[in-house]
Amino acid sequence: MSAPLTVPADSAAIAPGASPATGFWRRALRHRSFVLGAALSLLVLGAALLSLVWTPWSAYDIDIASKLHPPSAAHWLGTDVFGRDIVSLLLVGARSTIMVGVIAVGIGLTFGVCLGLIAAARKGWTEELIMRMSDFTFAFPAVLSAIMLAAVVGPGMLTSITAIGIFQIPTFVRVTRGSANAVWAREFILAARAAGKGGFRITIEHVLPNILSILIVQATIQFALAILAEAALSYLGLGTQPPQPSWGRMLNDAQTLLFQSPMLAVYPGAAIAIAVLGLNLLGDGLRDLLDPRLARER
Amino acid sequence: MSHATAPLIEVRDLGVRLNTSRGPAQAVRGVSFALRRGETLGLVGESGCGKSVTALALMGLLPDSAVVSGSVRLDGAELVGLSDSSYCKLRGNRISMIFQEPMTALNPMHTIGRQVAEPLRRHTGCSAASARKETIALLDRVGLPDAAKRVDAYPHQFSGGQRQRITIAMALACQPDVLIADEPTTALDVTIQGQILDLIADLVEERGMSMILISHDLGVIAENVQRMMVMYGGTVVESGATDAVFMRMGHPYTQGLFRARPRLGARKGTRLKTIAGTVPELADLPAGCTFADRCGIVEARCRVALPAAVGVGAGHDVRCLRTDVSMADAAGAVRV
Ligand SMILES: Nc1ncnc2c1ncn2[C@@H]1O[C@H](COP(=O)(O)OP(=O)(O)O)[C@@H](O)[C@H]1O
Ligand code: SF4
Ligand SMILES: [Mg+2]
Repeated sequence: MSAPLTVPADSAAIAPGASPATGFWRRALRHRSFVLGAALSLLVLGAALLSLVWTPWSAYDIDIASKLHPPSAAHWLGTDVFGRDIVSLLLVGARSTIMVGVIAVGIGLTFGVCLGLIAAARKGWTEELIMRMSDFTFAFPAVLSAIMLAAVVGPGMLTSITAIGIFQIPTFVRVTRGSANAVWAREFILAARAAGKGGFRITIEHVLPNILSILIVQATIQFALAILAEAALSYLGLGTQPPQPSWGRMLNDAQTLLFQSPMLAVYPGAAIAIAVLGLNLLGDGLRDLLDPRLARER
Repeated sequence: MSHATAPLIEVRDLGVRLNTSRGPAQAVRGVSFALRRGETLGLVGESGCGKSVTALALMGLLPDSAVVSGSVRLDGAELVGLSDSSYCKLRGNRISMIFQEPMTALNPMHTIGRQVAEPLRRHTGCSAASARKETIALLDRVGLPDAAKRVDAYPHQFSGGQRQRITIAMALACQPDVLIADEPTTALDVTIQGQILDLIADLVEERGMSMILISHDLGVIAENVQRMMVMYGGTVVESGATDAVFMRMGHPYTQGLFRARPRLGARKGTRLKTIAGTVPELADLPAGCTFADRCGIVEARCRVALPAAVGVGAGHDVRCLRTDVSMADAAGAVRV
């Protein structure tokens, strides 16, 4: 007896459609916090990109003669204590912010996801070691590790990026390990192992794709945290160094003139708030859109 | 021993110790059997009796914390204690497994074609193009309609029965010598169960595989395997040729299972006779006969030590101290 002669009773196909991604954009455009978050994030990204090709004034030239000008046709938001154009500073500051975020989250994501995946795949003492190490790292807030790092290699953008990145690793380790363990417990992993797949291939082909949406959401939220941390470090003088403009730096400069020109603190503060709010809304929206189950677990 | 009679897979005194929430416990004890090429063996027992644990032990798929004792030989080579990387070369290649839940046994993120082709590419190292051709042929063989067109579809686009066909294709891709089917039809509609079992039986015969079929359903076992083992509390309480076991049920548990099976055409209102009590938790397995707490003819001596298996016929063993009594009753029990 070879090929079945009769058509099996269960041959009625279930709705043929495309991959599970179908309809993502349609749902996304109807999702309010996703749309708002994406708009705010794009605003910041747009500002950073614009600063690469055009700023109303140079963000670096100091012109003490025209310091602390109020908003005017020439300087839309006025000038700071060194006579630099606020709009130009904000635009270039967006660039620093995004760079710090991308690199710091990149560090956290790369190391954190690798370690988390290894912990979930190897179990046993490997998992124990990785988790204890990340608990240990987590105990040092970014500010503290930046201060320690700055004491050794001196303050600067690189120092703050590294410190923030290292601080982000444990969060990614935890999120990755937790969700990877849940995937490892699913039956298709057993089936994949029964088909002869080793831990590495299962991790790459089965575990990673199934936790990708969780990682994207987490990365978005970590991006917001990185921006806040960078602002805090620059404000403390440990991050971006003058003359490189950054929003945290602008806050620091405005501090001494808080009563004289309070708006100088409001602009960078608002910029930080927009970026952080935008990313958080985007993360929430993505969480709903990518995996409805996650939204319910919150 | 000539090649024809040497067992393909030989299991001796297999034991599995598992870490449960209530501490380590012996999930499987003293399981022994041998299967020659082309032979089929059934494993039957209520849920929680240790059937899946036995199967996973053969596949080397138990959690790392599990302790496996005894011996499992595949073509004479010992598998117990084999490194995971060596086991990977066997799984899906020489020994394959089908699982109970076709709805969850496939990765929702990959096309079915990719998942069926994977073991092929892995173990035979063939090209993507020839793996795809082979995959379509396989899917066609297991009765997936429109295989060539649907090879790039995702699991959620198939029904349960179709998915089980796909997992069968996946398990059989590399022409394994041994197929373990763990309740392959339990999650399916009754109408589809028979088709899937027939498909498996055809494929086993066509390819000369040995099969271990696991089920909680005596009817499934009766129709599909040459020999059977009845498991209870991690031990094999009765084993023998399927006909012989059904003809002369020796163990009170086998008899209980038989009485408890649902029957087609039973008069309306007839209540199912169930075996009183429940399968014991691993941690509370009784000291002697594992069935003692539910057995109708239990005696004090049953609780002393695990009864040895006694031969009650050619190749027919029963792990009970009172086969004289139970088998005298059996005639009545088996009458439908
Ligand atoms: N990974 C595990 N850890 C601890 N206990 C387990 C594990 N897998 C199964 N068990 C226990 O082992 C016993 C046998 O289970 P199983 O072999 O799955 O039964 P079944 O005969 O229904 O397939 C059950 O009591 C179950 O709770
Ligand atoms: S050994 Fe005793 S308790 Fe166990 S099945 Fe036989 S009669 Fe019952
Ligand atoms: Mg089972």
